[in-house]
Amino acid sequence: MLRPMPRMPSRLNRTEMSMRDKVWQINWSLIAVLASIAGIGFATLYSAAQGSLEPWALKQMIRFALGIGIMIAVAMVDLRFWMRNAYFIYAFALILLVAVEVKGTIGMGAQRWIDIGFIQLQPSEIMKIALILSLARYFHGASFQEIGRPIFLIPPLLMVFIPAGLVMKQPDLGTAMMLVMSAGALFFMAGVRMWKFALVIAASLGSIPVAWQFLREYQKKRVLIFLSPEDDPLGAGYHITQSKIALGSGGMFGKGYMMGTQSRLNFLPEKQTDFIFTMFAEEWGMMGGLVLLGLYSLLLAFGYAIAIRCRSQFGRLVAHGITTIFFLYFFINTAMVMGLVPVVGVPLPLISYGGTAMLSLLFGWGLVMSAYIHRDVPISRRGMSDD
Amino acid sequence: MYHDNDRSKMFSRRALILGGGKVTLIGALAARMYYLQVMEADKYAVLAEDNRISTRLLAPPRGLIVDRNGIAMAVNQHNYRVMVVAERTPSLDYTLDALARIVTIGDGDRARIHKEVRRRRSFVPISVRENLTWEEVARVEVNAADLPGIIIDVGQSRHYPLESLGAHILGYVSAVSESELTEDPLEELPGFRIGKGGVERIYDMALRGRHGTSSVEVNAVGRVIRELERKEGEPGVDLSLTLDVKLQEYAAQRLGDESAAVVVMDIHTGDVIVMASTPSFDPNSFNRGLTTEEWKDLSTNPRSPLSNKAIAGQFAPGSTFKMMTALAALEARDITPEMRVFCPGHMQMGSIKFHCWKKEGHGAQDLVSGIKNSCDVYFYEIARRTGYEKIAEMARRFGLGAPTGVDLPNERPGLIPDKAWKKKALKQGWYPGETLVNAIGQGYVTATPIQLATMTARIANGGFAVIPHVARDQIAEKSVRSRINPIWASLDVSRQSLALIRKGMFSVSNEPGGTAYKARITQEGMWLSGKTGSAQVRRITMREREGGVKKNDQLPWKERDHALFVAYAPDENPRYSIAVVVEHGGGGSAVAAPIARDIMIEVQKRDLARVAEGGTVSDPDPRRF
Repeated sequence: MLRPMPRMPSRLNRTEMSMRDKVWQINWSLIAVLASIAGIGFATLYSAAQGSLEPWALKQMIRFALGIGIMIAVAMVDLRFWMRNAYFIYAFALILLVAVEVKGTIGMGAQRWIDIGFIQLQPSEIMKIALILSLARYFHGASFQEIGRPIFLIPPLLMVFIPAGLVMKQPDLGTAMMLVMSAGALFFMAGVRMWKFALVIAASLGSIPVAWQFLREYQKKRVLIFLSPEDDPLGAGYHITQSKIALGSGGMFGKGYMMGTQSRLNFLPEKQTDFIFTMFAEEWGMMGGLVLLGLYSLLLAFGYAIAIRCRSQFGRLVAHGITTIFFLYFFINTAMVMGLVPVVGVPLPLISYGGTAMLSLLFGWGLVMSAYIHRDVPISRRGMSDD
Repeated sequence: MYHDNDRSKMFSRRALILGGGKVTLIGALAARMYYLQVMEADKYAVLAEDNRISTRLLAPPRGLIVDRNGIAMAVNQHNYRVMVVAERTPSLDYTLDALARIVTIGDGDRARIHKEVRRRRSFVPISVRENLTWEEVARVEVNAADLPGIIIDVGQSRHYPLESLGAHILGYVSAVSESELTEDPLEELPGFRIGKGGVERIYDMALRGRHGTSSVEVNAVGRVIRELERKEGEPGVDLSLTLDVKLQEYAAQRLGDESAAVVVMDIHTGDVIVMASTPSFDPNSFNRGLTTEEWKDLSTNPRSPLSNKAIAGQFAPGSTFKMMTALAALEARDITPEMRVFCPGHMQMGSIKFHCWKKEGHGAQDLVSGIKNSCDVYFYEIARRTGYEKIAEMARRFGLGAPTGVDLPNERPGLIPDKAWKKKALKQGWYPGETLVNAIGQGYVTATPIQLATMTARIANGGFAVIPHVARDQIAEKSVRSRINPIWASLDVSRQSLALIRKGMFSVSNEPGGTAYKARITQEGMWLSGKTGSAQVRRITMREREGGVKKNDQLPWKERDHALFVAYAPDENPRYSIAVVVEHGGGGSAVAAPIARDIMIEVQKRDLARVAEGGTVSDPDPRRF
């Protein structure tokens, strides 16, 4: 048993932790960073409503408070519980996904959520977390030899592509891509050989022309508009053009809080949801934008630190997986509003107005926190503590 | 757990790779931000301002038009409009119903309003009715509480208080058509009217003024949030005309129902004092919008009320042209004033017989008596001697055959034919007989009343190339300058020749037997010298001539002669010239001369009256003789 010297010799064996121990282990700095980002969100939503808590800022605050509660609760739960139940959670999310698919077919057009009274639940958001959990569990006990066998990779690939296909069918290209990319990152971290990734990337590049055929008309249009938004400044290219105008006119230091003309005069579409970063950067300029990016990066650093520090492969994979999902959220969103990637409906995490994404992300961070609290707990292949 | 340690190491290694990738991507985001927000910031700042600020035009008031004594001829009236803002009404139909109880709204208007409401954004006011009376405005205002979404808006509309009087000189205003668009942004204003016809058109740019602007902040759907800046425009230039509306009114009344035109002008300054063309039209109707019926009436009337006959009516000048023939022959020294020509009532040239208007002939005629009696044979003979080319050249010198250059649109040139013209237009050579016919103002020769008045003015002012005008001031695109007394170019005609012509014209009106003796002015100091003209519009056949030529009143209107008279007054010290043309009016001496006499009396009386009142009538021209 060769292991680096534990920090606290008295707690060498953390197989069983009391609730008191766990509360002591809560990473408050991580919560502080999350709260800072959410705080920026509240202020921006307040400005988006022309200086009013209604209709967005107040609701968002309540959701965040609720989300933090859920996060701490999730963090308190033993990491082994999450591992044991990873497949159940995945199955539950999959059933919900199929349910919206069926409901959408019966009802009219695309439907992405289930109304459960107080909140509209988006199964695809749950699936993002559930997929990380179940893949982490799958790879947790895998040896290099097993991972090296192609047949071993078939079940996790199915785990990825079944929900990705369902989400794609909704149609929600952005979420489907996020599922595939976060799963890809997890495969990579689990130790799948580099050349296999090279092969898959080459194959998918080759299949772009084929995939193009399967895209919906509006999805094709979005890609084409992304390639040249100025072709259609008042039509579908309007969003991205106005977003770039808002960003650019903000300049280095911005137009001042609550003084963004593009957003105040409604030239900026969806300013409280997908385009909220634009509104923030119009009012606060590049400096504001960089501060926000800095906070997000800090969060990533936390995620990585926790992942690397974790003793169990499951904890490492979950912490890294959630961090990657979070990264994908904010990267795709900001790159989209800056015109770097096509317009896809991905919200800015913790800032965009919206319940499900906020709650599922904080749930995710709860898992990361749980991995942090239980970082020294060894987990057996079946999810029991061994040693 | 050996392998777990290995996995941990690999995890850290790969985390470094992926983490590095993420940092790179975040770096790309920062670079993109730098590009958009620093490098391209100026471009996007401009675009954002363009989005935000919308510039609206403010229409300046159109310049007023007054006559020479300051009497208003064209003014701007408040046009009270009732408008509806759809988004402020609980129900558009309900509000319109309520409004309809107060002011009349046609079914057509209702359909139009519904259509516009659908087409425009709901906060844009839509005109329900224009030109409300003050009473209607008051009724709407009193009931404002029950009329949500109804607003009263004040615009300006052009009004011509004298209605048809002077309508041809004023012209009218109406909406801009596609082909009339210029660079002026005012034209884009809905409801903007531009001048069409008359001085409204020729001085349109000056009358329009310069537009003001109001910069407003608008939101994405175009709703005005607030006004940022307002720049008032410049009102249009006020235009004062040389016309005297009192005399204009008299002249129009005197012409009555005839299809006729009168021009009275100052022979020294070129001021057009009267320019009447009958029948006339009411320019207000164009601004209001003509009904189909009104338009049909105006456009198909054989007496063409829309045309300003004073500048656009081209008539054979008849005997009023004889002064040109005489001057040409005198100046070329092809005749002497004393030379006599015997008139037996016709002149034979080759196989053709050219008749004098007096069948039994005038006997021996010299220059003065030739003019006095308007003896055709005398002028046939002197034209034959001097040749047509010299006559045409003289006519052109006196302003015939080309537009005079009066400041009115659509002036016609008339025609002084010559060999080159005939070859081109008719592909024929010039026949000697045509010299005779054109020398007495028949044949191809045509002139407009303003040309005839100008010609007479040039005879009366001693041979100076006066040019008529209707605006008192010199008006460029946007500036106004007083007309300084112009030094007109000399026409290079000897004083003696002109004196002889004037002597002939004096005898026409003032010596017994003169063709206009009956229409003379007897008041001392107002005597008038003139020349009659009766222009045939049909060919008199040999057969008809044998059976006796039909009198004009026996003929249908379209076949009657045009009656013409040109004159100047007072005889001693001329100041005014006049040209009267009565289309198909009959004889010049019987119809046109009395009209000219009556108008000239009024003109001179008015002038005398103003001198008596201590007005500032002074002699503007030192060359007066």
